[in-house]
Amino acid sequence: MEKRVTFKGWLLPLCLIAPQVVISAVFFFYPAGQAVWQSLFIPDPFGLSSRFVGLGNFEYLLGDPYYRSAFVTTAIFSTLVTLTAMVPALFLAVLADRLVKSAGVYRTLLIWPYAVAPAVAGVLWLFMFNTRVGVVAWYLGQLGYDWNHVLNEGEAMGLVVVASSWGRISYNFLFFFAALQAVPRSIIEAAAIDGARFWRRFFTIVLPLLSPTTFFLLVVNVVYAFFETFGVIHTITSGGPQQATTILVYKVFSDGFVGQDLGSSAAQSVILLVVVGLLTVVQFKFVEKRVHY
Amino acid sequence: MATVDLDNIKKRFGNTEVIKGVSLSVQDGEFIVIVGPSGCGKSTLLRMVAGLETISEGELRINGQRANEREPMDRDIAMVFQNYALYPHMSVAQNMGYGLKIAGLPKPEIAAKVAEAAKLLQLTDLLDRKPKQLSGGQRQRVAMGRAIVRAPSVFLFDEPLSNLDAKLRVQMRLEIRELQSKLGITSLYVTHDQVEAMTMADRMIVMNAGVAEQIGTPLDVYERPETLFAAQFIGSPSMNVIEAEARDGMLHFADITLPAPSGITGPVMLGVRPEHLAPDPEGPIEMQVLLAEPLGANTLLHGRLTSGAGFTASLPGVHRVAPGEGALRLSIEAGNMHLFDAKTGRRIG
Repeated sequence: MEKRVTFKGWLLPLCLIAPQVVISAVFFFYPAGQAVWQSLFIPDPFGLSSRFVGLGNFEYLLGDPYYRSAFVTTAIFSTLVTLTAMVPALFLAVLADRLVKSAGVYRTLLIWPYAVAPAVAGVLWLFMFNTRVGVVAWYLGQLGYDWNHVLNEGEAMGLVVVASSWGRISYNFLFFFAALQAVPRSIIEAAAIDGARFWRRFFTIVLPLLSPTTFFLLVVNVVYAFFETFGVIHTITSGGPQQATTILVYKVFSDGFVGQDLGSSAAQSVILLVVVGLLTVVQFKFVEKRVHY
Repeated sequence: MATVDLDNIKKRFGNTEVIKGVSLSVQDGEFIVIVGPSGCGKSTLLRMVAGLETISEGELRINGQRANEREPMDRDIAMVFQNYALYPHMSVAQNMGYGLKIAGLPKPEIAAKVAEAAKLLQLTDLLDRKPKQLSGGQRQRVAMGRAIVRAPSVFLFDEPLSNLDAKLRVQMRLEIRELQSKLGITSLYVTHDQVEAMTMADRMIVMNAGVAEQIGTPLDVYERPETLFAAQFIGSPSMNVIEAEARDGMLHFADITLPAPSGITGPVMLGVRPEHLAPDPEGPIEMQVLLAEPLGANTLLHGRLTSGAGFTASLPGVHRVAPGEGALRLSIEAGNMHLFDAKTGRRIG
């Protein structure tokens, strides 16, 4: 007897996969193809004509110090965002997991920031740290610290990192909390009887058991830091000062739509596509090996 | 090596009292089994000894010293959990050595102790495996190994055999008992299985609804159950209990009259173990047999008395009874009758 369900016709299967194929084609394959195609041309300054240059755009980019510094900026930014979004989330989840009374209230409150759209979160943080009217900037001034992220590169980076991570803490918290609840109580009790106190138990037993969740969140957060932080950066610093917060995605936007250099912008998106593909492969190949138990 | 004393231990969850005052003195090296149905509080009692639940009232003493406020790790105990609670990301050797590593022992010493325990439990070939690569019985052994490498004063077992199949359970029962007497470590063992309790215990506590119904050796409890509950919980098949009336030195029930112990009058509960009944054409008890369960060595006969009350007899050898086939007369020795107060359920004779 045939165990698998099989379809004889070809029309029904085609109809069933068609929506997915159409969506992928319209929103991924077509634009990606366009990007690859456009990356081979240079448009004139007015956008009226374009000239085929082969791999000239890529050649120029790889020799461009601004582009190379955007790579470094992206590496720093995504590392900081991933850490800032994951470490406090795990800490809060551990605390919430220990709660007995009104755990539900804390949980709900901790999840709220996730409901705020990234661009709105960016504006909120921008107002708080605004050099002239920001509440936090004013208090820092009272303490004798002259906050100015418009001029200071480190402060600008710090602010976009915090603004980008803030909402993600909630998201990560939710996953860590669920994973913590899934750790069998008796294993924790066994470790307690074996003599391990709370933090020792956490690092030797709980954290290893959380590793599948941690790995998943690592991938998701790196991808978030690469692509979805555009709104935050655009509202707070617009990539400044001195391109200190211009990450690769932001550079694609500013070179393409502000600088009107569509060829270079397309070449950058192609490079970005390759980088993220490689990053994902590396993560699954090497990090996941240490995750299974 | 330790004694454990429970002095009127109580546990409350909010307003509900789940352990209503249990007192017990465990001698050094004794094997105590806590037995009872689900929800009777036996696991809670064990967890209070382990320090995993707080004690609401009463005092726990380990080696004569108050241990109520001590953390689990400071009580010098080891526990074997029902689901084994092995650390899934560690090998068998790491699982067994975890406690020693926490205690800060040097590596060679840990390895030596683990190897010794592994040899005792026939785990030597499995030391590099992860828990998920082991069978149920092997996991059980690893959990035991983790408990014994630390050489604790007290072993606590929380239904350690209930996840094993019947045959393995009988084998592990023997192994645990052998190991315990070899090591001479004071043990508390929780189970809902009365056979485990009978076969393993030096003494057992029969628990029901948060109360210790009886504490005694298995044979004590079997031969002289102090309460109706203990009488029915221990022994298989369980004891027949019949409502009876004692008057003029005789017991009356269902057209049957038996001599009663002196000094008892009024309504009583009569307990008769199925295996104490003997077929006797002149016997006073008449039973309509409805069903026979041949077990080989003996046969269980289920039926009704003339009053309609259910009744079971266990007779040696094979008895073939066709369904609905007539009556069987049985007799019982006076010494094998148990009388309980009809209201309180306490033993009266």
